[in-house]
Amino acid sequence: MLLIECPWCGGRDETEFGYGGQAHVPYPEDPHALTDAQWAEYVFIRDNPRGPYAERWVHSAGCRRWFNAVRDTGTNDVKATYPIGARKPVTS
Amino acid sequence: MINTNRLSGASGDRIDRTRILRFTFDGTEYTGHPGDTLASALLANGVLGYGPSIYADRPRGVVSAGTEEPNALVRLRAPQQATMLPATTVELVDGLVADSLSGIGRLDASERVPGADTLCDKKYVHADVVVIGAGPAGLAAAAVAARSGARVLVAEERRELGGALLDARAEQIDGAAAADWIKQQGRQLLEAPETRVLTSSTVVGYYDHNYLLIAQRNPDASGIAQRLWHVRAKQVIIATGAHERPIVFADNDRPGIMLAGAVRRYLNRFAVLPGRRAVVFTSSDSAYDTALDLLAAGGEVSALVDARPEPPQVLVDSVRDAGAEVITGSAVVGTHGAQRITGVRVAPIDADGAITGAVRELDCDLLAVGGGWSPVVHLYGQAGGQLRWDDCAAAFVPAEPVTASRQVIGAARGTFDLAGCVAQGQCAGAKAATEAGYRVAAPAAPEVRGAPRPSRPRQLWLVPGETADPADWTTHFVDLQRDATVRDVWRAVGTGMVSVEHVKRYTTISTGADQGKTSGVNAIGVLAEALGQASIGDVGTTTFRPPYTPVTFSLLAGRDRAELSDPVRTTPIHSWHVEHGALFENVGQWKRPWYYPLHGEDMEQAVLRECRAARTGVAMQDASTLGKIEIVGPDAPEFLNRIYTNGFAKLAVGSARYGLQCKADGMVFDDGVSLRLAEDRYLMTTTTGNAAAVLDWLEEWLQTEWPDLAVHCTSVTEQWSTVAVVGPDSRDVIARLAPDLDVSAAAFPFMAHRETTLASGIPARICRISFSGELAFEVNVASWFGLALWEQVYAAGADYGITPYGTETMHVLRAEKGFPIVGQDTDGTVTPDDLGMGWAIAKHKDFIGKRSFARPDTARTNRKQLVGLLPLDPDEVLPEGAALVEPPVQLNPPVPMLGHVTSSYRSAVLDRGFALALIESGRARIGEVVHAPLGERTVPARVTKPVFYDEEGNRRDGR
Repeated sequence: MLLIECPWCGGRDETEFGYGGQAHVPYPEDPHALTDAQWAEYVFIRDNPRGPYAERWVHSAGCRRWFNAVRDTGTNDVKATYPIGARKPVTS
Repeated sequence: MINTNRLSGASGDRIDRTRILRFTFDGTEYTGHPGDTLASALLANGVLGYGPSIYADRPRGVVSAGTEEPNALVRLRAPQQATMLPATTVELVDGLVADSLSGIGRLDASERVPGADTLCDKKYVHADVVVIGAGPAGLAAAAVAARSGARVLVAEERRELGGALLDARAEQIDGAAAADWIKQQGRQLLEAPETRVLTSSTVVGYYDHNYLLIAQRNPDASGIAQRLWHVRAKQVIIATGAHERPIVFADNDRPGIMLAGAVRRYLNRFAVLPGRRAVVFTSSDSAYDTALDLLAAGGEVSALVDARPEPPQVLVDSVRDAGAEVITGSAVVGTHGAQRITGVRVAPIDADGAITGAVRELDCDLLAVGGGWSPVVHLYGQAGGQLRWDDCAAAFVPAEPVTASRQVIGAARGTFDLAGCVAQGQCAGAKAATEAGYRVAAPAAPEVRGAPRPSRPRQLWLVPGETADPADWTTHFVDLQRDATVRDVWRAVGTGMVSVEHVKRYTTISTGADQGKTSGVNAIGVLAEALGQASIGDVGTTTFRPPYTPVTFSLLAGRDRAELSDPVRTTPIHSWHVEHGALFENVGQWKRPWYYPLHGEDMEQAVLRECRAARTGVAMQDASTLGKIEIVGPDAPEFLNRIYTNGFAKLAVGSARYGLQCKADGMVFDDGVSLRLAEDRYLMTTTTGNAAAVLDWLEEWLQTEWPDLAVHCTSVTEQWSTVAVVGPDSRDVIARLAPDLDVSAAAFPFMAHRETTLASGIPARICRISFSGELAFEVNVASWFGLALWEQVYAAGADYGITPYGTETMHVLRAEKGFPIVGQDTDGTVTPDDLGMGWAIAKHKDFIGKRSFARPDTARTNRKQLVGLLPLDPDEVLPEGAALVEPPVQLNPPVPMLGHVTSSYRSAVLDRGFALALIESGRARIGEVVHAPLGERTVPARVTKPVFYDEEGNRRDGR
């Protein structure tokens, strides 16, 4: 079970959190200006790398705040967590 | 009964001869001593055999003295009920009753003793340093770490600390006998205030970020059979030791063939002589100690057979000096015996393992086999660690034994000499404590005597049979528990398999309850030979997954069973429902009244009566479970406009509106009515089972996409109690209940809400909302008034025969009107238009999911659409979930399906069965007949509009 550092509450067990998929995929400014393919890309397609991955988490059973994390999908090491709206930190 | 094989005299063993324990095995009574396992006590009584093998039905005996045991499985009947336990791990207690079994365990519910269920519990702890295994390496590590003041937790699988050191006879550490050194280390652990030692405790799982699961047997708490520890550790030290490997040869499964290290353990730890006349067969050094200890205990050793042509002379001399023959460069090529081994066939083998000379026969009743040691890397592997083949140690060892938060030490790392284990342990303990924030230095390594560094073993997996073709080697057992042989491996390779993972699954090797602890590496070795690979390392290993040893479901459940398995949510009115005989339905965690049967009514009769009351008189329902969220802030109108497919910004204060929410893919996610309480305040209602998910959804958008919107969302589900008053007489009941309120249709129109004070003085919010098509009111009060409100409504409606109804009647009433239930009539692939609710899609604003309605797949006209179904036979009630097909379709798979029944009931007002269904191009099929194949018969039904009653809405305002 992952130990996740909530930016507000500190390290907590994974069971307190909900997962929100890839981070930094903003809702399109004007969805109706997009082609079907571009909209489908937003709705359905996400990266699936082996290695560092910026993703969204929510501390559902704690402060209920959403935040972002960089997790290595190969090792499950959580390299960093940071608030929504903050820039993705540089991780090794 | 006398322990015939028990050695007399105090030899440093670990049993307490002053106390006698009585136990029963396969119906016979025996005795043993505290400190015994079931296996050691049986062996002391001369009992070696257990149940026959699962497939080949061959006699089998105990092989090992630990968790790696493949054969000696038992069913325990007392002190607890349990099955598939290795007798080698069952600690003997007085009154124990066990039976042998053959490969498959069963627990019979009929033999369950009421009230005597195995009770388990759980603990959750944090630790700075967890040391897994308290052998010489683990003990040394724990003692140093404990000294630092760090919070140390030691988990030892056995009853006592010491590990393999307890099997020893001559070893000395720091000038003390091994047993005394163990005692010293143990005392240091006891004296360290932050250190906790768990014995009889197996670490069964090693998960991400140093999360460990420890199964503790017989914890001190009274009445607790087992305890599951959840441990989060800053630092983990894996000191799990090694398992000895057998060697694969013809008829290597006879009772009396045991691992050499296990023989030594039975001799020295349990004072049991497993056989009178032994042959020792080995490919490495450690079995020489077994031969010497057997001789010292008064046993006879016919010969020690070493596969190595030139074993260390000092070892050979020591055994010869003790009076036994040593045969080098040879192997056991076969065995004799029926219920027990009676002799072995020994022949010289060459460097390739081929038999090169005449066979010699030796008599014996015990064959001690030492095929080298396999580090117990299971937990390391579970944690994601990779392995490499170490040719010198002849073992798979951790490729990365030391990381920032984990160390593998001792035999688990392939360090097989005692001095190395102790020194490594001390360093690891100091490093772990220091990394965890408790600086401590490793002491100077102590002097170790009587345990020379082992020399290089011979990598011998497979001794050929005396016939040439491996396909005939059907008694060369690779996995004893699975009865899998060399022939099976050859057959797997013959089919073209090269991957060890495939061969494992094809042969079932390593898939038994023992998970191949003794067979895994030999299987890889045999596979390497079958594939013609030079090194076993080129084949690789299979994947290690939790649990390390079998875990009972009762342990995983702990106290979270029966009424504690899941929280139960009830409304403030629950006690009334119970008193009035309601049957309940689980809706999420809520208990909702399902229906209220009167004197001998069945469900159908009760529901028809409740439905009639709602349509012709007045009825009432506890609707408190409905999800309720207050949405507050200056941007609340804009926010709801973006969330709902229809408009909410212009909704007047004092009014309410039904709305649909979609996900970005355009599929319906939830629906419900929202009330505008003030310019900046709404009350959203959600589906009962979806309330938490809707709140999550709202917060997600507010926090991640629209942090600029000034809106707050608060769950108020439990702050309000809601009573729905339904039916043409409901207005009269509400008028009595709330005399201050003008309840006329003109003053209080449909989809309006009013604040008022009831005749009883209770403040209330009353809404005109209908989920049945009838005139209806929903009365909301603070939840602590809920029961009082319910009773007042019941009293106010008494003259009208007001009838409480449950969820089943609610479902029938809403289905008659074609109102869908999200999650029942939808499944995440249904758009508003599919539901026939295109009217709820706003044209002139954007909202989540709107763009998706223009996607070709969402816009096509042959999507599955919600329609009604009327079975041609009016008495027929279709089962929900029934598949629907075109009438002429042949029912040979694959059958093209049109859709399925989503809701189906008997209607009081229609006096027939009816249903809702999702059907491909459903609206275009209205009037057609479709078929529902139900096994033996097929039910025809006509497609209709999804509204069966009062399509014009005439009943909404009542009489």
